[in-house]
Amino acid sequence: MFLNLPENLSEQQKKRFEQLWLNIMMLVVNAIKFFVLLAFTLILFSFFGDHIIKALQRATQRAEVLDPNRPVATRSANETDEFDRIENGIHVMSGLKVAEGWEVVRGVCTACHSAKMITQTKATRDGWLQMIRWMQKNQGLWDLGEQEKIILDYLAAHYAPDEGGRRPNLDLESIEWYVLEEGR
Amino acid sequence: MSKKNKRQVGIHELYAQDPIEADRLLWGRETNPESRRGFLQKSALAAMGMVLGAPMIFAAHYPAGLIPAALLDADTPFAIPGKHPELIVLNDKPINLEAPPHLLDDKVTPADKFFVRNNGNAPAESTLDPKKWTLTIEGESVRIKKTYTLEQLKTKFKHYTYQLVLECGGNGRREFNPPTKGLQWAVGAVGCARWTGVRLKDVLNDVGLKSDAVYIGYYGKDTHLNGSNDVVISRGVPMSKALQDESLIAWAMNDQDIPYLNGYPLRLVFAGWPASTSGKWLHKIVVRSKVHDGEKMSGHSYRVPCNPVAPGDKVEDKDMCIIEAMPVRSIITYPKSGATLKFGQKLAIRGHAWAGDKSIREVQYSIDFGQTWQTCALEKPVNRNAWQHFNATISFPKKGYYEVWAKATDEQGTAQPMVIPTWNPGGYLNNACHRIAIKIA
Repeated sequence: MFLNLPENLSEQQKKRFEQLWLNIMMLVVNAIKFFVLLAFTLILFSFFGDHIIKALQRATQRAEVLDPNRPVATRSANETDEFDRIENGIHVMSGLKVAEGWEVVRGVCTACHSAKMITQTKATRDGWLQMIRWMQKNQGLWDLGEQEKIILDYLAAHYAPDEGGRRPNLDLESIEWYVLEEGR
Repeated sequence: MSKKNKRQVGIHELYAQDPIEADRLLWGRETNPESRRGFLQKSALAAMGMVLGAPMIFAAHYPAGLIPAALLDADTPFAIPGKHPELIVLNDKPINLEAPPHLLDDKVTPADKFFVRNNGNAPAESTLDPKKWTLTIEGESVRIKKTYTLEQLKTKFKHYTYQLVLECGGNGRREFNPPTKGLQWAVGAVGCARWTGVRLKDVLNDVGLKSDAVYIGYYGKDTHLNGSNDVVISRGVPMSKALQDESLIAWAMNDQDIPYLNGYPLRLVFAGWPASTSGKWLHKIVVRSKVHDGEKMSGHSYRVPCNPVAPGDKVEDKDMCIIEAMPVRSIITYPKSGATLKFGQKLAIRGHAWAGDKSIREVQYSIDFGQTWQTCALEKPVNRNAWQHFNATISFPKKGYYEVWAKATDEQGTAQPMVIPTWNPGGYLNNACHRIAIKIA
């Protein structure tokens, strides 16, 4: 098909060239399919983008919105307005502290679980990293790539352990361990 | 803030971290950034000379950030005022030093390990001449104003020697939450030395008091940090404490002159009360017909809420009461925290316990965070207001990480809390149990 090969080639050589030709044709077809789909999507979003994104957000935030523990005051007839409401530096719907990286945390973490899992927890940076690794190993969390640092920076800064309390742990980092010989 | 930043440092470490800053903190020495020569203020020069036991010759040419050679040898206590290099320097000016607990292992605290708490600058050395030193007793409740030379005090009145605990009212402040401002003492702003002097009551009897006397106040020769003639600190005690047998006007600590930074040549010693009542560089005592109203007797200074408050509460001045006797407390002075032992190896611990004007009934230790307590051997005090020594031998049931906690109970049955006691705005009176970390490997 659309392929003229010199007569002096052996059957085996002809077969190889035909195979190569077919592969190239498939690539071209796939490329055309891709561009058509891209154009379609671009047209779709340029006209209806706001509606689509809001619909997606509503779907992912469903668990949050339906949470019966959420104070009645934060519910309203128009839940889409509630979605971004911030009071006293707290994102009302999730309870997350609004600071650098919070939207990444909301986007990634609350895709699977309530933000309350975060706001009730306090951990060191290493502690938060271990939780991420645990979720990746056992709960299907994907590789976070560059977002991991953003998320850890946010969590370590805003959900760090309270070092005060009525009796903090001994400062183990500052203890210089030494061997105490017998008979002393 | 990282935990590392919160660590306190000894003199050597301070110089190792940032020599220029160490110069500034310890001696008030500013370094010229171009020549790297330290510029020493007169007072800093005096302080440095004091520690070295000799004036700093060519001080202006002394390279900045160089730890004076005389301080390098950890085994040699400095000549004057003689402070151990392992003392923790609290980052403040003037010099404030506390002992890490393992440094307080001696039954009688040596002068070089005795903590230093200054509210102002120590007076210049040239003004501290014991031959010319006088003590004046005055105030509205004395019959006549009277002045004694130090020599007259020594010859006219009977001498007494007692082992007496002095503890800063803010000892333990660093554990309060929310944090309170002031020097962030750990547990070592305390010491029990042998003090020699005359009884304040003998001197007051010689002067003659009016019947309306209720309080005494002191004045010392320390100078204000702002360089003015303002009084740095002038506190005191009610007559009942002033007239106690063990309340001394002292000139000797451990049979030597009192160290420069601890009040040479004359100071008050009111053991078991906030050490700020025991005025240093003492030259005047006033007998008052009302509660003494000197500097640091009011506001949040050495006062706590009369009624307990929630952590972080704002408290009005009128609701604050002066701290009197210090609460029951103990420290483990041996071993130093961080000991690693082999499984099966026994651990001997020891330390001291004290309780203001009261004695200690019992000291216990726990290696299971207070689930069970064992009784320590406890010695009787050599005199009232001396700390009591305890010891015990501990076997550990299996390998692992342990904390040894010590808990003292005073003669009236009041024990140290395991958690931080009632919060107060000044961060005073934290007598929570002391603990050390042990590993059995």
